[in-house]
Amino acid sequence: MKGFIQEQLTRNAYQAERLLTILQAIQAEFHVISEEAISLVTEGLKIERTQIISVVEFYSFLHLTPRGEYDILISDSITDHMLGKQSLMAYLSEQLAVDVGAVRADGLVSLDNTSCSGMCDQGPAGLVNGHTLTQLTLPRIDAIVQLVNAKTPLAEWPSEFFVVTDNVQKTDFLLTSDIEQGSALNTAFQRGLTATLEELDLSGLRGRGGAGFTTAMKWKFCAAEQSDMHYVVCNADEGEPGTFKDRVLLNTHAHQVFEGMTLCAAIIGAEKGFLYLRGEYLYLQDALETVLEERHANGLLGKNILQQGLDFDIEIRLGAGAYICGEESALIESLEGKRGIPRNRPPYPVVSGYLNKPTLVNNVETFLAAAKIAVTGGAAFKALGTEQSAGTKILSICGDCAHPGIYELPFGVTVREVLELCGADEVLGVQVGGPSGTFISYEELDRKIAFEDLSTGGSFIIFNKTRDIFAIAKNFTHFFAHESCGFCTPCRVGTSLLKKQFDKIVDGHGSAGDVKALEELCDLVTQYSHCGLGQTAANPIIHTLKRFPALYQAQLKNISYEPGFDLDASLEVARQLSGREDTHAHLAQVGDE
Amino acid sequence: MSETIIIDGQELAFEEGQTIMDAAIAADVYIPHLCHNPDYEPHGSCKLCTVKVNGRSCTACTFPAQAGQVIENQTEVLNQDRQRITQMLFVEGNHFCPSCEKTGNCQLQGVGYYLKMQDNHFPHFFAIREVDASHPDVLIDHNRCIFCSLCVRASQESDGKDVFAIGGRGLNKRLIINSKSGKLKDSDLDVNDCAAHVCPTGAILIKRTGYSIPIGERIYDKQQADEVALTKENKQHGK
Repeated sequence: MKGFIQEQLTRNAYQAERLLTILQAIQAEFHVISEEAISLVTEGLKIERTQIISVVEFYSFLHLTPRGEYDILISDSITDHMLGKQSLMAYLSEQLAVDVGAVRADGLVSLDNTSCSGMCDQGPAGLVNGHTLTQLTLPRIDAIVQLVNAKTPLAEWPSEFFVVTDNVQKTDFLLTSDIEQGSALNTAFQRGLTATLEELDLSGLRGRGGAGFTTAMKWKFCAAEQSDMHYVVCNADEGEPGTFKDRVLLNTHAHQVFEGMTLCAAIIGAEKGFLYLRGEYLYLQDALETVLEERHANGLLGKNILQQGLDFDIEIRLGAGAYICGEESALIESLEGKRGIPRNRPPYPVVSGYLNKPTLVNNVETFLAAAKIAVTGGAAFKALGTEQSAGTKILSICGDCAHPGIYELPFGVTVREVLELCGADEVLGVQVGGPSGTFISYEELDRKIAFEDLSTGGSFIIFNKTRDIFAIAKNFTHFFAHESCGFCTPCRVGTSLLKKQFDKIVDGHGSAGDVKALEELCDLVTQYSHCGLGQTAANPIIHTLKRFPALYQAQLKNISYEPGFDLDASLEVARQLSGREDTHAHLAQVGDE
Repeated sequence: MSETIIIDGQELAFEEGQTIMDAAIAADVYIPHLCHNPDYEPHGSCKLCTVKVNGRSCTACTFPAQAGQVIENQTEVLNQDRQRITQMLFVEGNHFCPSCEKTGNCQLQGVGYYLKMQDNHFPHFFAIREVDASHPDVLIDHNRCIFCSLCVRASQESDGKDVFAIGGRGLNKRLIINSKSGKLKDSDLDVNDCAAHVCPTGAILIKRTGYSIPIGERIYDKQQADEVALTKENKQHGK
């Protein structure tokens, strides 16, 4: 172990910022971050052991207790559920003889759930030792069980288990054709960098992650900061359930994304960039490294790019299973090798970001669009979309439709038009923008995809009329409780309280006043949480409650109050100890039938 | 010529670089808080000090004071919500005031009194937490930890050590100790460290000093949380 860890430390130049990378390598090799590993890394990086433990405990893909040699995670997104995930998981657990969340006694295999793995158009999906599994079926699970029990190395597993398809269904301005390599930079240098920034401004491009801050303004703010170092960060921590567009952009259009980052570096004066890739997209890493090498070889990265005196390099860093790291300041903390806790703002990252230097964080699609705009000029982009939402938006569509996949559509398109395109009918509702976005019902299909109406980072999940509203809201509410970073009280405690209160009502234990209590709690979590996660965590409940109030009320019992715990169930231990099962050993509650 | 902000109609001066909390404390205006202590870097995690700045929710202990801010602090709505946030802290851990040595001196309890908290409102989590009595002079009862991180900051900023850290994620958040065994006895905490005395609740207690002041004659038995905070913190703030 000592040799392996020394090698990792050397490879990472003993930099504490690369703690996460070092720990990921250790986890992959030994399936655990052991006491010995902690001591060695503590010494090597000259940091406190608590820093290592706190980082390991924060990220879902790092563990202080051993996982199996085959660590299997099954994606727990609502779309996986709709494709039969729960029965597949039960079957897998039974066949492998291991409980969900547990490691088998022989240490060979462990099984657990994981948050949406970004394969909603080809689920049910999962990960084995970090590598993406798609289109899981019962026969495929049988095969996996055999491969595991026969200790077949992962490299020898059938390659079709790991195939990820792009599923591009509709292209427009961005996806119809890629720019020629280097053309965005060449055009920008010819036109002049200031004039190029003006083109970007003219284009009306706004951040594609969902928040929609004007891109040119963000670049201007960052460029205006005086500092010895500026950083460009591409946010590829695509964790919003139902979003998978960045996966496709990085698989097929990586050159253009990197070119957008390089363009940004030229404009804001950065020498160093990071691609923060979500851990679930490990399978993309090698190909992306190759693209970076190609760009080096072609003089588009490295020293004196295109002989214009621009020095810029891009490093890929992997996440480790934490939705919160999609929040830009949490992402920066993670890049620094820390827990992904959103920072207090101000200062904003454009002023003080990575290592407290001015840092520009944009979404993958934003960089892709910026590169294209540098070539075409701003007017072509501005001509598309609506007044406030220029250009096109790349949607990742999944759920109940004939053709899930990637759709590039001009902003302003109505939900009804989108549904027709992807072949969805008998629609109950659509989750636009993922769990943190908006749930709309079949009565609102004329609403538009645009920042001024339905804003989305790309997620578009369709539910038909056979689906259960409560199952949807429950999946999302539990997701937020699982992903809350725990920094602030309203989100840490509040998201768990939301889960309890929602389940209480849906499971039929709610009484008069419980829906009102739920609404009050939603309000508290929304208003007082530290960051966007908490501020939107109650949306699934708020939105479904607003549209289907009768559904919630119908779940309530006709009594004035029922406690949050089950009185009779809590007597179970006493019953077992006393060996009693007679009627007097049970407690009826007012309101019980 | 210093600039001013307005809190609940009262105009007060602030200096460049001050947070809203700094300016308020300096002017003897109380904003309820738990994770803030003027001796240490602001943290902004308990969210009790949330105020409305020109209509927008902001965390007073971290948000910079800027000229022209119109701030709501002591409103019925804000204090009601602060009570709810305090109740969240009570149900998250296991707080049994009558049997806690800190009762009467506990800031969490004091703030609860101040916000007129009468019950816990929310269902209890009944979290399973440990007690670490391994250290000869200091005891940690994790049941009472509210993750204010003051001990973490005090150890780093005042004691020049790194005895405490925050581990876990979400509801599994926990206070961890910097020693191989994870026990306090193997850390380099000394009973005279600031970190051993900064806890606003009864999570970190000094051994063999219990009940030296009888219950009923303690800090919050006699004074409200606002008076206590202003008397103590305004002095500290003189730096």
